[in-house]
Amino acid sequence: MLESNPYIANKLRHTGVLVLGCSAGGFKMLLTMLKALPANLPVGVLVVIHRNANYETHLEANLAAKCRIVVKVAEDKEPIRPATAYFAPAGYHLLVEPDRSLSLDTSEPVHFCRPSIDVTMQSAADVYGASTVAILLSGANQDGAEGMESVRKVDGLCIVQHPRDAEVETMPAAAIRKGAVDLTLTNGELIILSQGLSNHIFRN
Amino acid sequence: MVVSFGNLEELITLVNNVHGFDLSGYSRASLKRRVSRILTIYQIDFAGLKDSLVNSPGFFNEFLVEVTVNVTEMFRDPTFYKTLREEIHPYLATFPHIKVWSAGCATGEEVYSLAILFSKDGLYTRTFIYGTDINTAVLERAKQGIIDLKKMKVYSDNYLQTDSGDSLSEYYTAMYDSAIVHHELRKNILFSTHNLVSDGVFNEFQLITCRNVLIYFTADLQHKVVNLLYASLALFGFLCLGARETLPADGLRHKFRVISKTHNIYQKIA
Repeated sequence: MLESNPYIANKLRHTGVLVLGCSAGGFKMLLTMLKALPANLPVGVLVVIHRNANYETHLEANLAAKCRIVVKVAEDKEPIRPATAYFAPAGYHLLVEPDRSLSLDTSEPVHFCRPSIDVTMQSAADVYGASTVAILLSGANQDGAEGMESVRKVDGLCIVQHPRDAEVETMPAAAIRKGAVDLTLTNGELIILSQGLSNHIFRN
Repeated sequence: MVVSFGNLEELITLVNNVHGFDLSGYSRASLKRRVSRILTIYQIDFAGLKDSLVNSPGFFNEFLVEVTVNVTEMFRDPTFYKTLREEIHPYLATFPHIKVWSAGCATGEEVYSLAILFSKDGLYTRTFIYGTDINTAVLERAKQGIIDLKKMKVYSDNYLQTDSGDSLSEYYTAMYDSAIVHHELRKNILFSTHNLVSDGVFNEFQLITCRNVLIYFTADLQHKVVNLLYASLALFGFLCLGARETLPADGLRHKFRVISKTHNIYQKIA
């Protein structure tokens, strides 16, 4: 599927960071993908999901036990390490510094969202450029579409969940409409991609 | 419009040279978004921004308002305020006078939140709260004690979650589309400029809140600012950082006791 397209295969080979965004209806698929990611994943994963800041969840802790990669809430100024998924905390945007550490930010919500998928994708694209791989799943608003556009602008790789497979298609469909998508994958393909990601990525 | 990290360094040098204002310790990722936003708001390009900063009197103050994040809320993180009341207020109650510093207070919502809770616990009459920020423009708004009535809905919900048992509307008067904080709550408050980067200790406090400020600084500047906050605290005084801000792991950590790990409340013990 992915190997057959030399452009995509080459993009995946040079992955520097993976950015995953989802909202309404995308949660289950996100967990499935995170669980599928291999322990030897050579890159870090930034995860942005929309959730309410006033309700404490133990999502990351619960997930950590079920994943082969490390799962945690992103901390301000911590370096991005391989085989680690950093969740944007509720109520904060998650940004990437030029030295590839993380920053939190409480500035205005974007599209009513904080964390915003757009913000993290744009910031990752600023730092990782063409080695940014962005994946957008199910969601009920437009967040993520502009972020994918920024990733595309720097020649990163943009993947969306097939709107047909998404519980709520608004978010992936918005990105597709913007022409900001390289690949539209079914749930099955997304899982295969996650499982095999380490094999796709070139390590030196 | 988007600026590059290279543009940003150029801008930092220019602002320092022309206005003597040091942005070099600010987190670049956030600063980049702010500067890009300024270009969009003013519909100028990067060259235009530099030109305005050098040649337009008064523009720098507008720039300063937009370049820093002034987003704030009354009772943001309600459980923090609940913990403050339950764990810290009984301790503060033993002091004859209580001095509080809200560092990086923006438009003052946190200062008024503190004033309300101190008043509720009978501490306010012997408390003085200093609210400081680098922006004179946002401080002018803070001084007015006028809050957009539309926002009061969210703030009221936050306040309910502090389990204070009454309604936020007890503490303000609604007029047209504004909420005005009651006068007696504004008596013991002083808003004033203070720059955490370049200014020093100006008083000794029993409580300092500096929440969601450190995240805009580089790790080096965070260290420097935490040292300033430490030096500004009375022995056994309390330091409250943001929900996602912890004390940097260096020599200072053993001089504080952790009061709440969840809410990043620390007590100076040495």
